[in-house]
Amino acid sequence: MKKFLPFLVLILGLSVSNQSQADDLLMARTNRDFPEAMLKLQDSIRNHGYTVSRVQRVDIGLTHSGYVTDKYRVVFFGKADLVTRLSNNYPQLIPYLPFKIAIFAEGDETLIVAANPLQLTDKAYPELEPVMKKVERDMLEIFQAMRDD
Amino acid sequence: MRLSYQILSITLILAFFISQPTFAETNGAALYKENCAVCHGNQGKGGVGVPLALPDFQYAISDQFLERTIRNGRPGRVMPAFKNLSDAQIQAIVRHIRSWAPGKPIRHPSIEVSGDPAKGRNLYAKHCAACHGKNGKGGKGTGVTFSRPRDLPIIAPALNNQGFLYAASDQMIKATLMNGREGTPMVSYLKQGLSEQDINDVVSFIRSFEKQAPARITQEPDHDNLTVAYESPYGMKETIAALKRAIIGENFRIIRIQTLDNGLVKKAKEDHNKIIIYFCNFQLLNNALAVDPRVGLFLPCRITVVKRHGKVMVYALNPKRLSYLFNNDELNKLCDGMSEVYISIIEEATL
Repeated sequence: MKKFLPFLVLILGLSVSNQSQADDLLMARTNRDFPEAMLKLQDSIRNHGYTVSRVQRVDIGLTHSGYVTDKYRVVFFGKADLVTRLSNNYPQLIPYLPFKIAIFAEGDETLIVAANPLQLTDKAYPELEPVMKKVERDMLEIFQAMRDD
Repeated sequence: MRLSYQILSITLILAFFISQPTFAETNGAALYKENCAVCHGNQGKGGVGVPLALPDFQYAISDQFLERTIRNGRPGRVMPAFKNLSDAQIQAIVRHIRSWAPGKPIRHPSIEVSGDPAKGRNLYAKHCAACHGKNGKGGKGTGVTFSRPRDLPIIAPALNNQGFLYAASDQMIKATLMNGREGTPMVSYLKQGLSEQDINDVVSFIRSFEKQAPARITQEPDHDNLTVAYESPYGMKETIAALKRAIIGENFRIIRIQTLDNGLVKKAKEDHNKIIIYFCNFQLLNNALAVDPRVGLFLPCRITVVKRHGKVMVYALNPKRLSYLFNNDELNKLCDGMSEVYISIIEEATL
């Protein structure tokens, strides 16, 4: 057991460190214009095993109501079994499901924004943390892929 | 075997420490890309953040102003405090920002400006308040934001912000008033007819904002619940109908009603005991996006009705709980208001 002690200490240290450095608001800018960025975002979401359930065209609603805006959408995504499990066991999470990423044009570049899913964890439900950490890891990779353009 | 474990342990522990900010790379371009570019643009043209590459901005500010701004941010004014970066990393970012405007950065002398704040108050009200606000609270919105039309090409800084007052020396504020900032609405007040003493008076008045109560701290989560939840005394259909009436009564438009798992499972397998009502007030939405274009992650407004174990429950997110993420006091006010609207709609429909 003594042999493993250093590793346990290390793993604990890394886990505490990662927690404290987590960004609460995930943001990324890509050099791609909006249509290309939107395609890449949806591809990246799918490549991480999620289904894009819907895209809310915020800009269309605004434009139809007489307001001027550049392209602005909200992409909803999830995994059917995960959304069912979370909504059954943790009803407080229901308003945050499926997960979503806002995507909008800034000139000829595009920004994406999301709340870190770790925001949805709760000390009262420690078993929820690894689930949300996995979603966070996937989202961080999705955001990094957009940044790497 | 024992030796290899020890070597591995030491290697991993070293790797851990090296990964910490103090040891992390001080490549300014990489650090800028990672921490700043999303708001200020890859080339500093601005966006959610202000345009850092603007030549007149670069020539008027000191490295100390930039360093202090990165370290402490602007509480309640979008720019976060980067407490996790080391001094060396912040200096590397500043060097990168400086690469857009080659030349020796200005160094403002640390001499305090001596003026009459009472006289400065009157001059401020006449010349500055229209853009910077009566009490220096600054313009509305974020940075330059290319995504929608705005009143000014760039947000007017909040001069009463404790982060700004800490970062900006008297001499920097004075130089800005004397020379203006080309490419922004900030004009030279010497050219507008103010004397140097008048400008000193205005600087003294701006400095007096330090005595105001600090802005609400917004970089910590509120202790409110994540979710607003009510039990409905009615059945599923009646609750949905009552919610629709209440939503319309609050001047929102119903934009879509669907199951929670719509788009995730086949149509025939959708769970009709979990229904989302999406709704919107486009004027409110337009105002919210003008205050902070990132607010989309709250969109669209929605209430979810769930039937489980014979009970009908109504859920909404609590915007107050997450608004701290944006470090934007204006948005906090909107989120506070929106939390009340959610409660009002749900109470109207369920009580």
